[in-house]
Amino acid sequence: MIMIEHMEHMNSLTQYIELYKQNSALVDNGSVDVINSHRAEALEILENSILPPKGAENYEVVDLNKLLAPDFGLNLARIDIDVNDASPFHCGVPNMNSALFFLHNDIYAEASETRKNLPEGIYVGSLKDFCGRFPLIAEKYYAKIADIRNPLVALNSLLVQDGIVVWVKEGVKFEKPIQIVDILENGMPLMALRRILVIAEKNSQVKLLVCDHTQNDAVDFLNLVTTEISVAEGASVDLCEMEESTEKTVRLSSLYLSQDAGSSVSLSGITLYNGVTRNEYYCSFRGEDAKLKLSGMAIEDESRIIDTYSIVEHRFPGCHTDELFKYVADDNSIAAFSGLIKVFKGASKTQAFQSNRNIIGNDGARVFSKPTLEIYDDDVKCSHGSATGQLDEKQIFYMRTRGLSESEARFLLKQAFMADVIDSIAIPDFKMRLHSLVERRFAGDRHNCSSCKASCL
Amino acid sequence: MLKIHDLKAGIEGKQILNGINLEVNAGEVHAIMGPNGSGKSTLSMVLAGNPAYEVLGGKVDFLGKDLLDLPPEVRSHEGIFLGFQYPVEIPGVSMVNFMRAAVNAKRKYFGLPPMSASEFLKMMREKRSVVELDNTLASRSVNEGFSGGEKKRNEIFQMAVLEPKLSILDETDSGLDIDALRIVANGVNKLKSEKNATIVITHYQRLLDYIKPDFVHILYKGKIVMTGGPQLALELEEKGYDWIKSRDDND
Repeated sequence: MIMIEHMEHMNSLTQYIELYKQNSALVDNGSVDVINSHRAEALEILENSILPPKGAENYEVVDLNKLLAPDFGLNLARIDIDVNDASPFHCGVPNMNSALFFLHNDIYAEASETRKNLPEGIYVGSLKDFCGRFPLIAEKYYAKIADIRNPLVALNSLLVQDGIVVWVKEGVKFEKPIQIVDILENGMPLMALRRILVIAEKNSQVKLLVCDHTQNDAVDFLNLVTTEISVAEGASVDLCEMEESTEKTVRLSSLYLSQDAGSSVSLSGITLYNGVTRNEYYCSFRGEDAKLKLSGMAIEDESRIIDTYSIVEHRFPGCHTDELFKYVADDNSIAAFSGLIKVFKGASKTQAFQSNRNIIGNDGARVFSKPTLEIYDDDVKCSHGSATGQLDEKQIFYMRTRGLSESEARFLLKQAFMADVIDSIAIPDFKMRLHSLVERRFAGDRHNCSSCKASCL
Repeated sequence: MLKIHDLKAGIEGKQILNGINLEVNAGEVHAIMGPNGSGKSTLSMVLAGNPAYEVLGGKVDFLGKDLLDLPPEVRSHEGIFLGFQYPVEIPGVSMVNFMRAAVNAKRKYFGLPPMSASEFLKMMREKRSVVELDNTLASRSVNEGFSGGEKKRNEIFQMAVLEPKLSILDETDSGLDIDALRIVANGVNKLKSEKNATIVITHYQRLLDYIKPDFVHILYKGKIVMTGGPQLALELEEKGYDWIKSRDDND
């Protein structure tokens, strides 16, 4: 009986709480005050939290306890892990001219050349350095946009020591995309605590491309990501995240977006290769007439799992949300979408559209879809919808009568299915590149680089 | 070229073709007419290899090959073309990419390398002119947002690109105004040669004013009940399908 009781209370968070308690000085010494100042609260939250069990609402397909249970190593001592550097990971986007930065696991890898080439008014660099150099600004944003009561955010905040910051000052507009390549590499199972902070001041403009790669496909990784994005009045932020990891990689990402009046944001989450991925999007308008385009796609096969949770809160009048997620699920993969758009009383003239469309390739794959609208104001224009089905046999037959084989026809149709998500991406060079990456993904042509499975070269 | 012997077929457990016999030779144009539900579209779907239809008996020989044994794409490579009554919309797949895939699939079947981009574009330009399709239409998604007339012209355009030996045009005239009908019919006539053959399936005689058939067959209740020359279509137009129905049902 005692055993069972113990099992029922088994909480994967405990090992991390213990780890922190034993190493709190080490963690604090490796970081700076602004980041350290949130650990006590994170600890308290985690000590009083249990992770939602699998099957709980919005956790239909992932078991956080199980995903966090393995004994991952954490690089608390900030030892340099030899990561085969930059060169193989230049995404090879034809003519793509980007300002390139790297995260090796969760350590910011200095790319001084790139930084020198940034124009006045844009700061990209180590989060730790930034918090040290500009504590007053850092304090205003760090851990202020994300909700630390989310256990995943609390866990990240408890143990994180560094990350990457993108800070665009008032009125500064930067056309060239800033590309952040995040590489997971280690000889043993590793948890990376990734933290991204984006500050777009008034009337600024920035485009970001974040690429997640796993170099070592034989090792288990857990990528625990907290992203905070603050978009001030009239500012514009385009962020595209792309995951090309491995079957042994777990990605638990919580992205928090705060948008002021008149701002415009596009967020895209692209999952080409993964293991188990949960992407959470928490978006909130803090002023009138702001626009959000939230989109994503995932190509799932074998036993991969994608789980998207999104919530968009409309508290101010005249804001506009356009949300679209698309999945193709083959083999024994699982794809889940749970989205909520909440329109509060007073948020009149809101326009909010939510759509989730999926293709199930065969009987083994499963798709869960839960689009939701909650509306408490009368003067709004909203819609939501979900459709999951198989490829259209009439289309396939039509294409076969023109000489395409059945597999070619299916291939073209799957690609075509993803076209609108790809076309909604705001970085033109990357959009072009993604069309061909998706084409290759569906063709099963996994173009191995010397050191990784990502097909980015 | 095509020899259909006692073909029986159906869909969803219901038999629709009850023993079709038909022979088509190179250089010939055959018209198949018949009232609604007589099996006209079923015949075209079975010849093109639609997997939704079930062959229940009979044989089809196409240029010495057992046609019913071949998957639809191989029938296409071997020279069968079906012009759809209702061309299918394929959002997200451009006409150019679709045709490039089609042309190269056929070339691969015959052991030829893919066509070069410039060669291909040149061919597209030439073939477009056959049905007076403009440039923008080809860059749009397959049939998406096309008007009825544009869809049918697009079918003939694809026929021009694929250069089939036997074209089966299923109700190509339906939904066309008189100008579009003329363009489509002109396209078909331009593509006609001594080496290829055409089966025109139609409900009305109207199309046959533009595409002159050598033979007219009347299909009723899944069988060809009458065969004649072009004058048969005119006679049918005059007397109506009730003539066939009463004549056949009294047999």
